[in-house]
Parts: sequence; structure tokens; C-alpha cells
Amino acid sequence: MLEEVRKRQEQALAARDKKAAVGDDVDLSKFESHVTQAPQNVATGAIPADVRQSVLSTGVMLDDLSQRSGTFVQIDNQPMHMAVAQDGIEVMATSEALAKYDWVKDYLWKAVKVDTDKFTAHTEINQADGYFMRALPGVKTTYPVQACLYMSRARAIQDIHNIVIAEEGSELHIITGCSSSGHEPGVHLGVSEFFIKKGAKVTFTMIHSWAPDVEVRPRTTAIIEQDGLFMSNFVIMRPVHSMQSNPTAYCMGENATARFNSVIVATLGSKIDVGSRAILSAKGAKTEMIARTISAGGEIISRGYIEASELETKGHLECRGLILGEHGSIHAIPEIKGNRAGVDLSHEAAVGKIAEEEVEYLMARGLTRDESTAAIIRGFLKVDIQGLPPMLNAEMQRAVKQSEADLF
Amino acid sequence: MEKAVLLEISNLTVTVDGREILHSLNLAVNPGETAVIFGPNGGGKTTLLMTIMGFPRYRVTGGSITFKGQDITNMPVDERARLGIGISFQRPPVVRGVKMHDMVLACLRRDDKEAEELVTALAEKSHMTNFLGRNINAGFSGGETKRSEMLQLLAQGPDLALLDEPESGVDLENISLIGQLINEVLGKTHPIRERSRSGLIISHTGHILDYVNARTGYVLCGGQIICDGDPHDMLNTIKAKGYQECVVCLKK
Repeated sequence: MLEEVRKRQEQALAARDKKAAVGDDVDLSKFESHVTQAPQNVATGAIPADVRQSVLSTGVMLDDLSQRSGTFVQIDNQPMHMAVAQDGIEVMATSEALAKYDWVKDYLWKAVKVDTDKFTAHTEINQADGYFMRALPGVKTTYPVQACLYMSRARAIQDIHNIVIAEEGSELHIITGCSSSGHEPGVHLGVSEFFIKKGAKVTFTMIHSWAPDVEVRPRTTAIIEQDGLFMSNFVIMRPVHSMQSNPTAYCMGENATARFNSVIVATLGSKIDVGSRAILSAKGAKTEMIARTISAGGEIISRGYIEASELETKGHLECRGLILGEHGSIHAIPEIKGNRAGVDLSHEAAVGKIAEEEVEYLMARGLTRDESTAAIIRGFLKVDIQGLPPMLNAEMQRAVKQSEADLF
Repeated sequence: MEKAVLLEISNLTVTVDGREILHSLNLAVNPGETAVIFGPNGGGKTTLLMTIMGFPRYRVTGGSITFKGQDITNMPVDERARLGIGISFQRPPVVRGVKMHDMVLACLRRDDKEAEELVTALAEKSHMTNFLGRNINAGFSGGETKRSEMLQLLAQGPDLALLDEPESGVDLENISLIGQLINEVLGKTHPIRERSRSGLIISHTGHILDYVNARTGYVLCGGQIICDGDPHDMLNTIKAKGYQECVVCLKK
């Protein structure tokens, strides 16, 4: 055991300067690393009011917990609040889980490789904490479990390490809101490892709300067993300096399914490089990726990668982009790779502008040009997410609407 | 005393993508009047309606359009709509993400409490209740498209309705409903004296005349109005002899 920890530290140290496979590099030495502090557990009411208010736009409600099966709050590098409101659901800090259960260490760094790049290495070197969420076999969350990851310090690096386990036949719905105060610049590093057991279902809705000088490098991987489902809903509509993320789903069991929905808006000065990857390595494994991207002056790279190597696997990738105004760019990179006969993979990508014909149609009903354009953009971003519980869908639409209000 | 003309078109010349389609066309519509425009394909019927509505692709290179005494020749589409002109498209575009319900609400241009009730009532009347939650025009059949267009016009309540082939692609079962909805849009449910709403209807087949009473008929051919008269008489001639007869008749 100790041997393993030591080896991991060595790997991390060796990778501390390793650049990421894609995306702009970030010079971490220009930011302050803070040691990870032991978890506290304060009442949500003790969390500063301005924080409680600002995280609302990321789907996190700290004033009223009646519609949540559990809550986790981390500010900078310290877990501040963890609570559960339903039997069979566990929510605690990752460090607490490692202390409580001997077996949790077997999940640590099993989905994400510690030496992936300097960002994963940093979280290990800094012994990052984060949330541990688990649904016991057959347990289904009545309400979503929420997590708030908040950066309050300027020029600091936030390190996060999350572990999510959905035991056999369970159902876990998670809303994670990632945001920062106006104190900039800063770096957010977040490792998230998902383990979805036989017949289990996890929906992971992540809403980002950063600031114009923040660099964001999440590293997410899900391992999905037989008949399991992983659904990721990713929303970023507010300015960020740079964001690069390429979450991967390994569909390892028969009929394992991964769905990715991304809603991305890049304003002037933002560079967002986000993709989804699915590796279908079991019979009947499926994936669907849908990305809606809008460049309002910013730069977007929208990636997608599906690889299939078993019979009856099926994957579809769809990326639609709108460029508004004169500046901005969208680079769609859809990739599909079939390794044998019997796979069924497809992709479609389109980058364009708002159809004038549609604008004029609405104008002929008396809407002004601005009203018509706003209605079409709202519609474009409204992804009908299949299989997302209605309440969660409503939450997501609410968050999108709030972010939108700042945009148009 | 004669009521003031609602729409007056004088010497209107229109080019589309650099090609002149309408040549010095003249037409007037009185308040409460419904006119039907016949004409062969490519004669300029749709161009005329689109120009009255004000779509930028239809470029006016000569003449003028006056509506309610105001020169609207260079007025943007949305201002014309708010001034009281409405159109039903022959092939409207799909607008993904915009729900039928929100569109009808937008056409009403009010957001008080009764607005919601009105949307519900108008949708029921147009047999479109089940479509309120759908993306506008996405996967609509021919009849559904027309009902959706009429529903939006009902909500908008224009003084001048421009209807581009309202019966095309509509099955027999639906055509009488479309007829009823047109009559409602045109205010034909009111007594003639009080009637002030007007309509310009493009019809290829004339079927709609069985359901909507129109007083005036025009033949639009080669970019000009070449004939006017009783629409039923006209239709009979066209049915018997084709538009060729109009051209010959003109030469006499």
C-alpha cells in the first residue's frame, strides 16, 4: 500500500512539467499553490452570503436544501460542508472517505492516470481533496445531489479530486456548480473519477461560471460497466480566460451507454477547448454526443472522439456551431474510429450563422430584429436532453437562462 | 362616401436577385375587401405578397406602396407587421428551439394573464393544441403548416392578411377548416358593414373560393395585373381555357 502511494508520488513528480496533450499551456509557477486543508463542516448558513448568491447561477442552492439529496461545498482547497438527506446516499470529502473505508484507495487514480499531465500531477502532489459521492446498490436519489466548487482567492490554484461511485442498480443525479469570486486570476484543476457499476445510472450536470482571467483544466473519466449509463451535461456560458477539458467514458460492459451534452458560449477573450471521448469496448455499447456552441467573439474548439471495437456498438456525434458578429472562431473536430466490422458510427458537424430566413419569419410576426435573433439563439441552446429527469432539466434550463440574461 | 383605400400600390417595379419580376404594377385594396389573385407559376404572385410584407430580398426599384395612408415602401418587415400587415407563408422555415406556443404568444404582443388563455383558445380553434409544445414547423405536414400559419395570423390579427396559396398541400378534410380560419382572420364573421379587415389571397386552383367569399379577382401574369373581375367567372374561364386565354384576351 505505502509502496503504491510512494510510486504514485514519484509518477506525479516526474509529470509535474508535462504539458497537456491539447490546449494552451498554463505556467503553474506563476500562481500560488496552497496546501490542502482538513475538511470542516460548517452549516450552509455560515457560508458567506455573496457566495451563496453567486453559486445560484450554477444550479447550487445553499439557502434551501429541501430539493437536494445531499450537498457538498468546497472553497479553494478546503471542503467546507458535506451533508446527506437520503439513506443509502453518501456524500463526504474524498479524504474522509479514504479514512473511513479501506477500499476507497482502490478507486483513487484508477480512472484518470496520475501522470496524464502537469495538471493531474499537481492535484496529486498537493494531495487534493474534493467530494466522494456514492449510491448504495439499488438506491436512487430522490433529488439531485449538489456540489459547489468555489474559488475565492486571487492568483491561487484550486486542486480538486472527486470520486463518484454508483453501485449496482443505483441511480445518482449530480449537479456540480463551478465558480469563482471576482478575485482573479486563478487556476482550477479538477480530477473527477466516475465508477458506474452494473445497471447503474449517473447524470452529471456541470455548470461553469468563471471570470475572464481564470484558467480551467478539469480531467474527467468514467468507467461504465454492463447496462450502466453515464450522462454528462456540460454548460459554460460566462467568460473564462481558457478552459480545456476532454472527458472520457470507457464503456467496458455490455450495453454500457455514455451521453454527452455540451452547451458552450465563448465571449470575446475566452478560449474554450472542450470535447468528449467515448471508448466502446463491449458488445452493444453506445454513445451519443451533442454539442451546441456559440462564439460571441471567443475561440472554441469542439472535439469529439468515438472509438468502437466490438459488435453492435453504436455512436453518434453532433456538433453545431453559430458564430455571432464579426470575430470569433469555432473549430469542430469530430473523429470516429471503428476497429472491426459491425460497428455503427456517424458524425455531423456544422458551423454557420443565424439563418436570415428564420429571423425574417419572426419579424413578419411583429418581433423586432433583436427579439427575433434572441429567440433563435435561445432555441439553439435549448438542447432537449433525453433521459434527464424533468426537475434536473428545469434546473439546467434555469441556469442557462440566467447566464443568457448576461449575454443578450 | 367611399372609405379610404387600405392598400395602394402604384407603378411598382420589383427585382429579385437582379431579375425584374414585377413591372409597373398597380393594385388597390379597400377596407373589408377580399381579393383573389390568380396567375400562372412564375408570374410574380408570391413576389407581390413578399414585397408588400417588405422582405429585403424583394427590391423595389420603382413605384410605391401606401398602407393606411402611409408610404411603407422602405419600411422594415417588423414595422409593417406592427402596423397591421400579416402573411401566411407557403413554405415557412423550421425554427428549431422556438416553440409554437411562444410564437403564438409573441404574435399576440401582450403578456397579461389573458394572453395565455387566448393562446389556448386559438390553438383549440385551429386544432393545434397538441402542437403548442413543438418546435415551429418541424416535421409539420402540409395541412399542419397551414393551420399553424393561420393560428399565428389569428393571434396577430392583421388589418391586411396576405395568404400565399393557403390551400396547397391541404387534404379535403382540412380545407374547410382552413377556410373557416381564413374567414375568421378576415373578420368575415362580422356583418359586412362593420367589416374592415382585408385580404389578398393567392390561389392556384381556386378551391378556396368554395369556402371564402371574395369579391374581386385579379390575374397576375408576366409581372403585371392583366385582368380584374368576378373571381368565380375568372376561374371558370381559366379552368376551361387556361391562362393562355388571358394573354389572348389582353391582346384584343
